[in-house]
Amino acid sequence: MRRRTMLAAGLGLAVAGLAGAARAEDVIKIGEINSYSLLPAFTEPYRKGWQLAVEEVNAAGGINGKKLVVVSKDDSGKPADAQTAANELVSSENVAMLAGTFLSNIGLAVSDFANQKKVFFLAAEPLTDAITWSKGNKYTFRLRPSNYMQAAMLVEEAAKLPAKRWATIAPNYEYGQSAVAVFKKLLSEKRPDIQWVDEQWPPQGKIDAGPVVQAVAAANPEAILNVTFGADLVKLVREGNTRGLFKDRKVVSFLTGEPEYLDPLKEETPEGWIVTGYPWYSIKTPEHDAFLKAYQAKYNDYPRLGSIVGYQTIKSAAAILAKAGSTDADKLIAAAEGLSVPSPFGEITFRKNDHQSTLGAFVGKTALNDGKGIMVDTVYRKGSDYLPGDAEVAKLRPKD
Amino acid sequence: MAFYFVQFLTGLASAASLFLVASGLSIIFGVTRIVNFAHGAFYMLGAYVAFSLTERLSGPLGFWGGIVVAALAVAVIGVLVEIVLLRRIYHAPELFQLLGTFGLTLMVEDLVVLIWGPDDLVGRRAPGFKGAVDFFGQNIPSYDLFLIAMGPIVLGVLWLLFQRTRWGILVRAATQDRDMVAALGVNQKWLFTSVFAVGVFLAALGGALQIPRDAVHHAMDLRIIVEVFVVVVIGGLGSILGAFVAAVLVSELNAFGILIFPTISLILVFLVMAVVLVVRPWGLFGRKEAPARRTPGLTVIPWRPLSSVERLASLVALAFAAMLPFIAGNYALTVGAEIAIFVIFAASLHFLMAVGGLASFGHAAYFGLGAYGVAFLAKLAGLPMIACLLLGPLLGAAGAAVFGAFAVQLSGVYFAMLTLAFAQIVWSIAFQWVAVTGGDNGILGLWPEKWAASPSHFYWLALGVSAVVVSVLRLVTFSPFGYALRGMRDSPLRSESIGINGKRIQWTAFIIAGTTAGIGGALFAYLKGSVFPDNMGISLSVDALVMVLLGGVETVPGAIFGAIVYKALNIWLVSQTDWSKLVLGIFIVLIVVVFPKGIVGVVESVMHRRRAVAPKAAALAAKMEGAQ
Repeated sequence: MRRRTMLAAGLGLAVAGLAGAARAEDVIKIGEINSYSLLPAFTEPYRKGWQLAVEEVNAAGGINGKKLVVVSKDDSGKPADAQTAANELVSSENVAMLAGTFLSNIGLAVSDFANQKKVFFLAAEPLTDAITWSKGNKYTFRLRPSNYMQAAMLVEEAAKLPAKRWATIAPNYEYGQSAVAVFKKLLSEKRPDIQWVDEQWPPQGKIDAGPVVQAVAAANPEAILNVTFGADLVKLVREGNTRGLFKDRKVVSFLTGEPEYLDPLKEETPEGWIVTGYPWYSIKTPEHDAFLKAYQAKYNDYPRLGSIVGYQTIKSAAAILAKAGSTDADKLIAAAEGLSVPSPFGEITFRKNDHQSTLGAFVGKTALNDGKGIMVDTVYRKGSDYLPGDAEVAKLRPKD
Repeated sequence: MAFYFVQFLTGLASAASLFLVASGLSIIFGVTRIVNFAHGAFYMLGAYVAFSLTERLSGPLGFWGGIVVAALAVAVIGVLVEIVLLRRIYHAPELFQLLGTFGLTLMVEDLVVLIWGPDDLVGRRAPGFKGAVDFFGQNIPSYDLFLIAMGPIVLGVLWLLFQRTRWGILVRAATQDRDMVAALGVNQKWLFTSVFAVGVFLAALGGALQIPRDAVHHAMDLRIIVEVFVVVVIGGLGSILGAFVAAVLVSELNAFGILIFPTISLILVFLVMAVVLVVRPWGLFGRKEAPARRTPGLTVIPWRPLSSVERLASLVALAFAAMLPFIAGNYALTVGAEIAIFVIFAASLHFLMAVGGLASFGHAAYFGLGAYGVAFLAKLAGLPMIACLLLGPLLGAAGAAVFGAFAVQLSGVYFAMLTLAFAQIVWSIAFQWVAVTGGDNGILGLWPEKWAASPSHFYWLALGVSAVVVSVLRLVTFSPFGYALRGMRDSPLRSESIGINGKRIQWTAFIIAGTTAGIGGALFAYLKGSVFPDNMGISLSVDALVMVLLGGVETVPGAIFGAIVYKALNIWLVSQTDWSKLVLGIFIVLIVVVFPKGIVGVVESVMHRRRAVAPKAAALAAKMEGAQ
């Protein structure tokens, strides 16, 4: 797509303009933004996912007969650049809607842009609760299970543990802060007997794991909540393994079961952590089988969670566009509210009250198999079971 | 008790990793005066190459051999970089080398993803150092003990190298007085190359030794580069022992600090550096630099105000820029407004750097303060847009007044690093004070009022403000104040002896630069409709430096062209390709080689030469005629 854009630019504006004018009748464009250069480990599988979805949508006749085209832009991991990209997509590419983003602050920046410019925005990945609640707006929808939902799913398991003394380790930015806050609140509600004995806040991407592990061990918790991911998680796990931090302690960990974060750990994978994630190898449903087969046939690689997110973002967007039968933002909103679409995880619904999808997550335990980390004892938790009802949402969301 | 001892050892292990990388940087800076931004990239390359080698080679010999070979291989790359790139720009204006090494860093960040793929790589554990040692019920990883030993060993080897070999004597001499070493007939070329090789070797070794405890990934360099700079500066530039002590100090303060303030890691090194530099302006073990022998003024084409023709040309150019809304679409106008804002930002840094001779590494702080000033006024006080635009930059001015008072007591790289420390402190406040600043989720919904909302109106606003700011800065440059400021830049001693209150002048200049940067930030907040801690982050400070250097630090209008070229190119590349860093890096390296004085700098010297040649030829002809 991008190459074609470049080629068009190279051939001269006039030619491109003519071609665009001729094509505009029978294509529908979605503008997609993500942190491709900053976070390739996540966004590469994500891109493969949405490319597969575009192919499938067009093979099935496009959107009401029109061809679906996704124009994709990099945001280099900065909110300001994401807005520049969003502006280009809306002003120059005339896209019908915006989609994508990974980091919470970028998701919020684009969501604010969408609100200002009255453009429909389907946030793919950002986890922050703010995007659908405290800073929610009528133009923004979100696909992935939010921080709150993942916390609620994990709390359900954590509350069953006998552990009373808990410590937390989380990256020091909004995602880590709100994950810990929600988890603490929900768990303390269920288990008033729990004590929070230590918290560690290493800077995101810069954990000095040795001292952090020591400090947590010194507080002698019975269980630990971990929110770090990526390279920080690797360092934490390695130090923790060597120093015996996880021995005889329960660990509950956000996102660690996602192949993006679990696979690099290889033989260092700690066993028995309670995690949310995506065990693509053990999901046996017809919907997922179909997705898996198509993905592996196209890419000769296994899907990561990012692949699911990318795939489902475009699939959902296509369904919304098809139902609306128009690219008008208000019609798109009306079409999306309450819309149910099939997904590899089963049917999901975009809630009318807070624009959150009911896509769920798998909860299970980590285990080692053949020198590789996997998730076992996995259960799919539906998003709808972990979201507050209308009355509470009304309190959380500003009035439009 | 055992716990505190083990925590102390853990801190020492972190210090050792830091020291290895920092020592290399310190040596390179001490001798070549290059602010080697690519040091982190070499560290990362060391880790990647070592990962590949240790995965392929088996057994303990394979592992340790792989580590050493990786460090050597990267050192060879370092030598090539030095010979091909850096040798061409040793005589460029100060800090210009920063631009070249910055370009390299951008390239390497993308290249490692192209070569090794996007996933985090987890390497082998070190044979013989896989487990932990039990110490009164506390586990100490044996690899930590190995690292703890490595620190002093490397320090000792370096000490021997510097004290007991002829090469070491030359290096120390060059650290103290480069020109004198050159005058004594030492081949500087190979001395510099060898020093660079040793420095890069240490960086790569530091990276390679991280394999058993870290993940190898494409952002490793950014994680370490700023931190090692800070360590080197705290220790005192060029002092290896200083780097060691500083690494231990920083790591131990972190190890024990997190027991009381778990969020301290975010800012600790910068706090330490700020305190050390305020108390000891040349770091713990540094010495006051001898005054520069070369008069900087000689290399610069004398500045002069614009001639009336040039003034007219500028007005015509401005008029053309103001026509943009009649031909371009909304996207181009928004990009145009962004470029205009960055012209303001770059011009403000240029004023401080070029006119004042004070290179700030933390100029984004004042840009960001201006933006946050607007956000507070609009969101908390509910002021109208005009009032916000007028008053918002005052927060930048206030920040500059406070920090500038400390910073101008220092000079050179120490000044730069203190401004960086202040910028990081301001950034961390914006980042951490969630209740007021919204933390990293920022403050949203700051859109311009109706009269400025359309892209064309906002573009005219940004263009107008930037034209005014640039003109005012030019006026100040050629005012008596500007001359006094340049006097301080070229010779502090002489200026003070004729009664110029130098520090006060520099402080005022700092405030002027901070305020103008704040104006840019205020407009930026409205352009984007939001503010984030990013708006005062290191990468924005680096962007500003790159713009000024790209345009030409020894020229008056350099920053304007630097900002336009860099920003336009950056926006275009990010939009066109995911490999924007690679392409931008190549472009910057080429610019550095082709335009060693910056774009405007080279253009000016070509024109100056032409102008100088023409009258001479005429005079010669007249003489010859006279003789006949």
